[in-house]
Amino acid sequence: MAYSDKVLDHYENPRNVGSFDKSDQSVGTGMVGAPACGDVMKLQIKVGDDGVIEDAKFKTYGCGSAIASSSLLTEWVKGKTLDEASEIKNTDIAEELALPPVKIHCSVLAEDAIRAAIDDLKSKDTSAAEHKKIA
Amino acid sequence: MTDMKLPIYLDYSATTPVDERVAEAMMKCLTLGGNYGNPASRSHSFGWSAEKAVEEAREHVAALIQADPKEIIWTSGATESDNLAIKGAAHFYQKNGKHIITCKTEHKAVLDTCRQLEREGFEVTYLEPKSSGLVDLDDLQAAIRDDTVLVSIMHVNNEIGVIQDIKAIGEITRKHKIIFHVDAAQSPGKAGIDVQDMNIDLMSLSAHKVYGPKGIGALYVRRKPRVRIEAQIHGGGHERGMRSGTLATHQIVGMGEAFRIAKEEMAADNERILMLRNRLLNGLKDIDEIYINGDLEQRIPGNLNVSFNFIEGESLIMALKDIAVSSGSACTSASLEPSYVLRALGRDDELAHSSIRFTIGRFTTVEEVDYATQLIKSAVVKLRDLSPLWEMHKEGIDLKTVEWAAH
Repeated sequence: MAYSDKVLDHYENPRNVGSFDKSDQSVGTGMVGAPACGDVMKLQIKVGDDGVIEDAKFKTYGCGSAIASSSLLTEWVKGKTLDEASEIKNTDIAEELALPPVKIHCSVLAEDAIRAAIDDLKSKDTSAAEHKKIA
Repeated sequence: MTDMKLPIYLDYSATTPVDERVAEAMMKCLTLGGNYGNPASRSHSFGWSAEKAVEEAREHVAALIQADPKEIIWTSGATESDNLAIKGAAHFYQKNGKHIITCKTEHKAVLDTCRQLEREGFEVTYLEPKSSGLVDLDDLQAAIRDDTVLVSIMHVNNEIGVIQDIKAIGEITRKHKIIFHVDAAQSPGKAGIDVQDMNIDLMSLSAHKVYGPKGIGALYVRRKPRVRIEAQIHGGGHERGMRSGTLATHQIVGMGEAFRIAKEEMAADNERILMLRNRLLNGLKDIDEIYINGDLEQRIPGNLNVSFNFIEGESLIMALKDIAVSSGSACTSASLEPSYVLRALGRDDELAHSSIRFTIGRFTTVEEVDYATQLIKSAVVKLRDLSPLWEMHKEGIDLKTVEWAAH
């Protein structure tokens, strides 16, 4: 299968590979996919007090298109607010990377990952707030 | 380093380059100055000469498998041979029963043919192999019924290279008077074949897996005791009515020459190829969390099928772009299922997704194997650094206990 230049670039030089401390209150973690399906994405975002995503990191088990989708996503979310980040669509990723139809599910997974990371962060906010109330 | 060319071809079970000696023999059967006649032309020397070349080739093919040349039927390849053997025998013997036994790890040319027969009202038992990839002879015995007319088991598996105990299976089928078909597309020149000793009734052969051309194969059809098949392609009655169509002299001569060379050089080829396979295996064995798929002893020398846990096969193939290999990962096939062969061995989906098949052949060199080994090692490090599963494994998390959000 032929890959687009952009997929190859992200695959060969993946951006923002790594991990943040999951328990950090400013970190949201999204882990989506399943090993049995051949792809698992872990996307983490670190948010400042102003609600803007300061940094993002990923690790992906999957094909080149899955790795490229998550690598691209970490670049896109940086500097965005959570609301802006949640508006990223899988079709934007697929278009940017010129993914063929059989690889569209990789971009869907990336969209799932950012949503899961945002949800994780929001649940931390709520539980932290509740924690304060109780205290 | 010598004149090593990239990418390195390590996919000899997919196909092989045509041996120069084979190509030369073929070229003599094409042009005006050559042996271009129709082997079926009985009225002039062009036909006689072509027929002579075809019959010599038939002798070479027969000699490699200890058969009589009259028992060799030319076809377009092993897929056609599988179709002709299985459909042909099932249709001819259906008055005796409509039950067929095969194995889950057979090639699709056998499995899909059996599926077609199921649609026609036959019943098929698909044996589950042992985790080594070998058929359990007790399971085979137990599956035999009064109405079983055909058993089809491959000699050498295309994905994992394991060699089935054909002789033991042949004893069982002969005892029960059941027709025994063997798909031997992958074995000539690699594993010994003796149709008498192994009690084989029908056997599919291919030229392009053994340094011959694509588009030509053969079916061995036993004469004593006589095995009958119904033709699938009708026409001029070539090949004693079993397979009509003008014989492709150049293709047939190529297959004959490839089989002649295979017989002559098999021992030396296998010794060298096994040395290279072991060199690759030794180079990789220090990598953590790798698994060899299929029995390592009952296996052709050139095959190494390895699962690299926590790495997905297609991304590994991308990292290994300087070597040509295949993967059991779903992503390399049109379906979304990982290798059905590895799943039949009881391998997890994860390990099936992570598998790479390396197949070494006549023209592989030590330099190529060493280069490939280094490339694989660095790719594994790179991709595991990227893998969340590897990270979890290192943290001591058992991935089987994790609830995945499957999509």
